[in-house]
Amino acid sequence: MTVHSDIRVSIQTDADILTARQKGRELAAARGFTRTDQTLIATAISEIARNIVEYAQHGEMTLSPVDSQGRSGIVIVAQDEGPGITDIELAMNEGYSTAKSLGMGLPGTRRLMDEFDLKSIPGEGVTVTMKKWRR
Amino acid sequence: MPVPILKQGDILIASIQSALSDKDLKQLQDELANRVGAVRARGVIIDVTALDVLDSFATRTIRSIAYTTLLRGAETVVVGIQPDVAFAMVQLGLTLEGVATALDLEEGFALLRQRDKEGNDRA
Repeated sequence: MTVHSDIRVSIQTDADILTARQKGRELAAARGFTRTDQTLIATAISEIARNIVEYAQHGEMTLSPVDSQGRSGIVIVAQDEGPGITDIELAMNEGYSTAKSLGMGLPGTRRLMDEFDLKSIPGEGVTVTMKKWRR
Repeated sequence: MPVPILKQGDILIASIQSALSDKDLKQLQDELANRVGAVRARGVIIDVTALDVLDSFATRTIRSIAYTTLLRGAETVVVGIQPDVAFAMVQLGLTLEGVATALDLEEGFALLRQRDKEGNDRA
């Protein structure tokens, strides 16, 4: 079995968004995800990376392979040191957006992935952890 | 990388060649709004066949391009959305509401010609 190490991408500019989703697609392809799933993963990465650029200005994404109970998948952790989200329940609500997005950002992204977890400490930043398992 | 814009008759074709940064997309928007006036275009085709991701920002910008060119007198057709990209857009909840779409360049031309004919018939 091929061993893939963690891929870290610093997220600061719109060009970094492209890099992150390209790396995510490559890792997903290497892990044997279908083309459709690769696209779902790349799109989810794009949405979360854009959130960092828009709301936190700077952050980091870590893309890693994950294996659990005979399943193989990919885990994406996005961390920023921005203002954080004060009301997570509200932010995860369909149609909610503080700024320029279509208000689909977080709830939409959750639908693209199998697991989605968001932790926020106001004033300290947001950590999004999302996973997708190979079918 | 900037998007090349070609002209065929009174139709402008923006042929996207590779993944676009937010800046590239915004530049395309400005460029098309200007070119529509400069060449008196009646239609615009945005070919997104080469795009492997259409996220909320790209979708919003393409919608905004379509509305902008319409206000300048040219209708926009988006062609070439790949099947897996379409699927991801639906999952994400994105729509191109009010923007014409067609399977490929050929269908895009056909659609614009048909709309133009309908417009002339009414006139």
